[in-house]
Parts: sequence; structure tokens; C-alpha cells
Amino acid sequence: MEQLRLIKVGRVLDKEYDVVVVGGGPGGSSTAKTLADKGLRVALFEKRPSIGSEKRCAEGLSIGSIKIIEDIFGKVPKKCFARMINGAIVYAPNGKNVLVDFGKDAGAIMERKIFDKWLAMQASKAGAYVQSKTEVYDVIKEGNSVRGVMINFEGKKYEIRSKVVVAADGVESTVARKAGLNTTNKLINIDSGYQYEMSNLKLKDSKKIEIFMGNEIAPRGYVWIFPKGKDVANVGIGIAMSKKPARYYLDKFIEENPKIFSESSIIEVNSGGIPVGGFLENMVMDGLVVVGDAAHQVNPIHGGGMKEATIAGNIAGEVIYRAIKKNNMSILKKYNKLWWKERGKHLRKVERLREVVEKLSDDELNKLADVLKGEDLIEFSRGERLLKLGKILIKNPDLIQLAKKLM
Amino acid sequence: MGWTIDREKCLKCGACVSVCPFLALELKDDGIKIDRNKCTLCGICEKVCPVGAIKVNKGGKSAR
Repeated sequence: MEQLRLIKVGRVLDKEYDVVVVGGGPGGSSTAKTLADKGLRVALFEKRPSIGSEKRCAEGLSIGSIKIIEDIFGKVPKKCFARMINGAIVYAPNGKNVLVDFGKDAGAIMERKIFDKWLAMQASKAGAYVQSKTEVYDVIKEGNSVRGVMINFEGKKYEIRSKVVVAADGVESTVARKAGLNTTNKLINIDSGYQYEMSNLKLKDSKKIEIFMGNEIAPRGYVWIFPKGKDVANVGIGIAMSKKPARYYLDKFIEENPKIFSESSIIEVNSGGIPVGGFLENMVMDGLVVVGDAAHQVNPIHGGGMKEATIAGNIAGEVIYRAIKKNNMSILKKYNKLWWKERGKHLRKVERLREVVEKLSDDELNKLADVLKGEDLIEFSRGERLLKLGKILIKNPDLIQLAKKLM
Repeated sequence: MGWTIDREKCLKCGACVSVCPFLALELKDDGIKIDRNKCTLCGICEKVCPVGAIKVNKGGKSAR
């Protein structure tokens, strides 16, 4: 088989693989590791020079999500964690807050520039060829089938053939769309995200995340403070369908809260689109599977995608393995069915909840903060036990409309 | 008619790319590229940009 060398040392890049994975985020690495563990020949390409940076993420993971990721990748080393978190403080528009205190570590804020690299290393250790700074600029098609990709490394272009291409190329989702699978999300389902990583903050409780709601603060979204240290945090915003850009609202919030920010510095600036709905019935074509943000696989309430991408990548890996072993590409369609069964059904419920929450007026949000306790809020944010929540809310005359939508 | 991209403001995050129904935008090393043959000036990219770096001008003089 003909071989190429991108650089003079290290592994040789083959001209043909079983699977080419596009994108070195959690979704891409999860797919690549699952496939390489089974002995398939996998190449993973990342466009950016450094896997995991700059982040487009607030970096939060619950303990439950970390366990799921560890089932696939093994024990996550300490260096990947910036800070453990034991609860949340959620602020209504009038400033009243609801405290969620787990009394023990319940989640973590990760250091993604370390974490994502570690994930990619596990894929590489399992046998995958991993190459950063390599852009996949097109797909190779024969008729309606995808048969590989075109890559660009330092201006040199190479054709890499494969039985299956995995599009884990993030929110832009260009690989799938170039292949002819329409994954374009509606504007209403894409949040505008903007974030500063800030230091020298005066945090109320640096073991708790803080969430600020309100239509003046963050229209159809929220502001978050996710601590990465005693006085360091990701301070960000996600909003939808707003006339003014996300940055305007975040800067305004920071200006209006000098108690926290008067002495702070900005050490990193992040921005990006966050898919918050619009799950796809079909994420597959002959020779192509779409994973993670590219397939809008994100929790619509909190906008977190690391766990979803990891699970989807694992499902994709299992299905692709079967399709290749049986030499039958129609098996790839099982990915749709399995993902919808394991994740899609639940996430669609969460999406409905989001549609209700994002339309709430400031008055309704204030009243919610009066009625809900910390425990209720946890279930609310996970989209669980909505019926029980409905029963709490329906007792309050002002919240009957909201209650009905949940029941 | 046309658009302007404020290269100083743009963070190359790709939010605009993800919503373009016509695949007219691409995220390159040096920033966002718009394919004028594909762009219909619908303005969706302007609405999603987190930093307000894209301005779409649907009428009048060329802003490019």
C-alpha cells in the first residue's frame, strides 16, 4: 500500500484507512478509540495546531458524565481537572437566589486544553493515527457514497481513502454538508456563546457554579460563572435570537457586578455557536456518520456537549465496526436508531423544556425562584421528573401556564 | 449590497458557518471566507455572530 509522510519522523500516513475521523474533540476521539480498540485502522485529523484549544466551552462536567467518559477512555488523570464543584447558585432576575448544595463533589470544571489532548492520546495509544494542523477540506464521493477525504497539511494536499468517514468536526458541520447530508441548524437552535476566562475574581463560593437568569441579563439564555480556581473562572453567556451580540450582554453584566469583577483580568477570550436543539432524524449516509456538535448532540438546557459527543462517538464506533466487518454499509443506519433510543428521546424532552423556559418573563422567573428548592432545580436542569415539577408549579396561580406545559 | 467582516473583532469561532443554509461561509486559518456565488445576503450569519463582527448590507452601495 502506498504511504505518505507528513513529517520526517513518527508514524507513516497511509493512503487508505478503514475509518477517517474528522475532528479531535471528545466525539472524534471517542469514535477513534472505540474503533482502534477493535483493531480497525483509523486516522483522526484535527484542523487546529493544538487539540483542545482554544476552547469553545465552559468546561463543566458532572460526576455522572465523568464516569461515562471513563467507561470509554479509562481513568481521567488529575491534571485534566481544574476544580471540583459541589453545587450551584442560581439567580433570578431580581437577584434572589436558589442554592443547590450537594455537600460533596458533584462535578468538575475541566482544563480542556489538557483534557482533550489526553482523550486524543488514548485514541492514539489504542492504535489510531492522530494528526493535528491538518484540514479536511473536502470529501471524496463516488455516486452517493463517501469514500474518503481530501486533506491539506501545510499547503500540500493529499487524498485519503476510507470505508467510512466520521464527521465530528464541531458546530460548523461542514464535512457532512459537503458530503450532501443537510445538517444545517436553524438559527433558533443555535445559541451565540461568548466567554472570558478571568482571574483575580471575588467569587461568592469558588466551589459552586453560578447561573444568572433574566431577559435583560441574557435573552433566552443565561450567564455562567464556572470556577477553575479560588479566584479564576470561565465567565460566559449563551443567548439566542437577540438583536445585540452576546458580547454586549456579557460586558454589561461584568460592568454591573463590580463586587465580583472590579479587580479582574481577562486571560482568554472564547466564542462560538452552541447547538441547543434541532436533533437530526438521520445522521448517516453511505460511508458517513455524523457525531457530536456537528449532529447537534448537545443538552439543550445547559448547552453541554462533551458527554453527548463521547456517548455518540462510542455508539458510532460500535456500529461502524459491525458495518465494516460485515461489509455492509446499510448497517450504518443503526446508528440513528441506537442514538435516538439511548440519547435522542431524552434530549428531545429536554429540548421541549428549553422551549418553555426560554420564553419565561422575568416575573415568571422570579416566581419560579420563590417556589423551587435546590433539589427541584437539579431535576429541572436535567429534564427529569417534569411531572412532579408541574405539580409543584400548578399550585401557584401565576405559574399555571408553565405547569401545564410540563404535565 | 454585500457584507463586511470586522477582522479585528472576529474570533474565528465558526458560529456563522454553522447556520449558513447555503454553505457559503468557511472558516480558514486567516478567518471567515464568504463565497459570493453562494451567499444570498440572508443575514443569518450576522444574527448569530457573538461579537457583532459581520454586517450584511441588503441594499445600496457595495460594502465589500
